[in-house]
Amino acid sequence: MERPLTRYIHPDGSPRLLREYVKDGGYRSLHGLAAGMGPKDLQRLVGESGLRGRGGGGFPTGNKWSFVPMGPDASKPKYIVANADEMEPGTFKDRILMEGDPHGLVEGMLMAGYALDAEVGYIFLRGEYHRSAQRLTQAIAEAYAEGYLGKPLPGTTFRFDLHLHASAGRYICGEETALLNALEGKRAIPRAKPPYPQTAGLWGQPTIVQNVETLYNLPHIVNHGSAWYHNLSRSNDGGTKIYGISGRVTHPGWWELPLGTTARELLEQHAGGMFHGVSFRGLLPGGASTAFLTEEHLDLPMDFSSIPPQVGRLGTGTMIVLDDQTCPVGFVLNLEKFFARESCGWCTPCREGLPWVARILESFEEGRATDDDLALLDMHAELLGPGHTFCALAPGAMAPLQSALKYFRDDFVRHISMGRCPWSNKPAQLRVLV
Amino acid sequence: MLTDIERHELEDALKHYPDKRAGAIDALLIVQRRRGWISDDSLLDIAQFLGMTGDDVDSIATFYNLIFRKPVGRHVAFLCDSISCWIMGYEQVRAQIKKHYDIDLGQTTRDGRLTCLPIACLGHCERAPAMMIDQDVYGNVTPEKVETIVEKYK
Ligand SMILES: Cc1cc2nc3c(=O)[nH]c(=O)nc-3n(C[C@H](O)[C@H](O)[C@H](O)COP(=O)(O)O)c2cc1C
Ligand code: SF4
Ligand code: FES
Repeated sequence: MERPLTRYIHPDGSPRLLREYVKDGGYRSLHGLAAGMGPKDLQRLVGESGLRGRGGGGFPTGNKWSFVPMGPDASKPKYIVANADEMEPGTFKDRILMEGDPHGLVEGMLMAGYALDAEVGYIFLRGEYHRSAQRLTQAIAEAYAEGYLGKPLPGTTFRFDLHLHASAGRYICGEETALLNALEGKRAIPRAKPPYPQTAGLWGQPTIVQNVETLYNLPHIVNHGSAWYHNLSRSNDGGTKIYGISGRVTHPGWWELPLGTTARELLEQHAGGMFHGVSFRGLLPGGASTAFLTEEHLDLPMDFSSIPPQVGRLGTGTMIVLDDQTCPVGFVLNLEKFFARESCGWCTPCREGLPWVARILESFEEGRATDDDLALLDMHAELLGPGHTFCALAPGAMAPLQSALKYFRDDFVRHISMGRCPWSNKPAQLRVLV
Repeated sequence: MLTDIERHELEDALKHYPDKRAGAIDALLIVQRRRGWISDDSLLDIAQFLGMTGDDVDSIATFYNLIFRKPVGRHVAFLCDSISCWIMGYEQVRAQIKKHYDIDLGQTTRDGRLTCLPIACLGHCERAPAMMIDQDVYGNVTPEKVETIVEKYK
């Protein structure tokens, strides 16, 4: 099985620096450009490869690029931004890539820059990733010294500059337009769309924001072609995916596998099944803002096109497992507290609604909830869902809640009828009737 | 006043942007790295350097949780309180810190050595519960291990 993205990454987590990276075929994509592959050719290749964005949305990358103005009349400069904010709870795949193979990101950004004739790149890195920062800084310095950055690439007139921007916290920075504000040194509040970043992004210039893992795929597409890349996957979406699992499983970890690997294979073969003595109840397939999948969904291919929209979406592909000794209401409460804290506060439904949801869930855990509270949760899941807020943070927050209300409803009801959390050994509270 | 080193680092950072005020977050991080936190005076120094008002810089400083507008201890322990760490028992780690160092989230030990803060998913969920002290991340933290880890930071 081919693992183009992680094949050479050292198991002990030490970084691969320039010499080793080049020895194993790194920066070979530059030969392709020197041999006459033009920006349009590269764009077409990426379109044909079936590459879809790995940041959670799964948007086809070639399609996204088609909105960037090209040619002599296009406004300059154009920017490429690597979204390395990785703060989605449960997600750690981009870190594995950046720590293990920092040059892969430099090469990926060079390819994106060349394809879109964008001359400047930024890596927007979450502030807590100090090890990634150090390794990327070193890789960028090596790439400048070697002439991959800052000088015209051999056989072309294209020259690319790349900078690392360390951020200072807040989940909302990962939302691509909030990210642009953060990069401009402002509060990270999402921007209204349109205009889309492709035409008016960073400092009003054409900009592409792309997830780290997405960018790592580009050199391999250039080296091996779109058909090869497409065939790496077991589904309609091209390539491999870095999947991960955390929670009470035997071997939590990450694996690069063909897109379309089923949840059951991941859980049973790769993660070694559940811990001894606990059993599976459900999982979030790709971070905190995806909907629960349960036993009945385990044979679904984990890709962007096989999970029916009414069931959920793949998200980041790094799964969080819920077991039978963990309270599903407590699980969702933890998620909603996260979202309430991380709301940027710009629009009222999200700023006010998320803390309210968290307080209601708390009342379940503390044994104070009534049937009315259950109805209120249903209402919020609807009203904070898609289309009611300025950005996708609030709808993302509702995905696990709404699905938990569906699959684990009995557990919510038991909190009400028992007057306490069934998973807690604290006694029921005295209910004061007013 | 910004020190020469700070000024130098900041000028370096500003080379990456077409616009000076884009360096506001870099400036806050650069200054905080040596002074531990951002006092009102530091804030005004930065504002002056970037040609912004103090309020402008403060509106940015207060948005980002890794920028401290209050003094913190010599070391900061960030406890991940997100979902995978919650499942794997971060609350016991928090209780152990409280028991041993007499501080809860948001507090600093009386000798000014350690501040404990909550943090969103540290991206080490496969080794939950995770904790970061200053710039070092620790995974699979148990209450028993807390003291050995924290004792490295004097
Ligand atoms: C609240 C929020 C947080 C996000 N965080 C991230 C993130 O940390 N990393 C990321 O790549 N995309 C994140 N996204 C998705 C980005 O907005 C954007 O879709 C993505 O970076 C596009 O890259 P892709 O096409 O390569 O997937 C987030 C979206 C939202 C709404
Ligand atoms: S939905 Fe939430 S995070 Fe998004 S803009 Fe509104 S307040 Fe901010
Ligand atoms: S949830 Fe704690 S490190 Fe990810």
